[in-house]
Amino acid sequence: MKFGVVMFPGSNCDHDTYHVISKVIGQPVDFIWHRQSSVGDCDAVILPGGFSYGDYLRTGAIARFSPVMGAVKEFASRGGLVMGICNGFQILCEAGLLPGALLRNKNLKFICEHVNMRVEAADTPFTNRCQRGQVLSVPIAHGDGNYFCDEETLRELQRENRIIFRYSSKDGVLTETSNPNGSLDDIAGICNRERNVLGLMPHPERASEALLGSNDGRIIFYSLADTLAELAKAS
Amino acid sequence: MKARIYVTLKPSVLDPQGKAIHHAVETIGYSGIEDVRQGKYFEVSLADGVSAAEAVATIERMAHDILANPVIEEYRVELDSES
Repeated sequence: MKFGVVMFPGSNCDHDTYHVISKVIGQPVDFIWHRQSSVGDCDAVILPGGFSYGDYLRTGAIARFSPVMGAVKEFASRGGLVMGICNGFQILCEAGLLPGALLRNKNLKFICEHVNMRVEAADTPFTNRCQRGQVLSVPIAHGDGNYFCDEETLRELQRENRIIFRYSSKDGVLTETSNPNGSLDDIAGICNRERNVLGLMPHPERASEALLGSNDGRIIFYSLADTLAELAKAS
Repeated sequence: MKARIYVTLKPSVLDPQGKAIHHAVETIGYSGIEDVRQGKYFEVSLADGVSAAEAVATIERMAHDILANPVIEEYRVELDSES
């Protein structure tokens, strides 16, 4: 089993993500260059944070046309595990792998700070080590993280239990001040209907070692590693 | 031939930048401004020999697929055959 971290021109969390997977979680991992038309032998693909193509036009709008995205779509349609962090989430939305879009933060500021996110569902390949209601302290660093979708899509996300993370207080309460960017329904992360594609704005890879102020985020990588181990055992 | 493409947020989508601009112009002293919405403007020059019908089809597709994100935005295309 192997992880793959995609590198777009302008990705800047690719090495952090690679570091966490290889050194903290201790799993095999490869970089996947955006010009590649295949994800190779990777079993889970991560689209890292950053500013792919300088965020020109819209965040993620140009990265979605990279050759690798055709392969990522095909991989996801076969049930492959895909996680988009921050800019990766924006790319997944632009590519249509996740519904909705990420708008400019409500206060128009680039926000770089630790936030709390509440785990809303543990029945995903990305959160199976978490408890529902568990609160993780993980940083955000974005100017466009204000999740938006139409009402019908929001009802669908709620009904199908596809809102995986919500911004909350450290006690897990949803308050106006705990939502940093104006996201609809306090959404910090969602998954697709098949639950094999996840996008989230907070950066778990920046909170995977106690030295960095929190290691709450590594549970997501451990969950993924557990999922891959189960899959390997089953095959 | 030139095409002009205007991309704006759908009316149902909050535009915090437009709101900030609205607030600023009111602060400076402009009166009678009811609302400001910010958008994007593109000028696309088409190669010689492209027919108007081809140009409309190409620009419409480009606006829909790339220049605008239909989840949050709408667009309007103008074609200028004089230039």
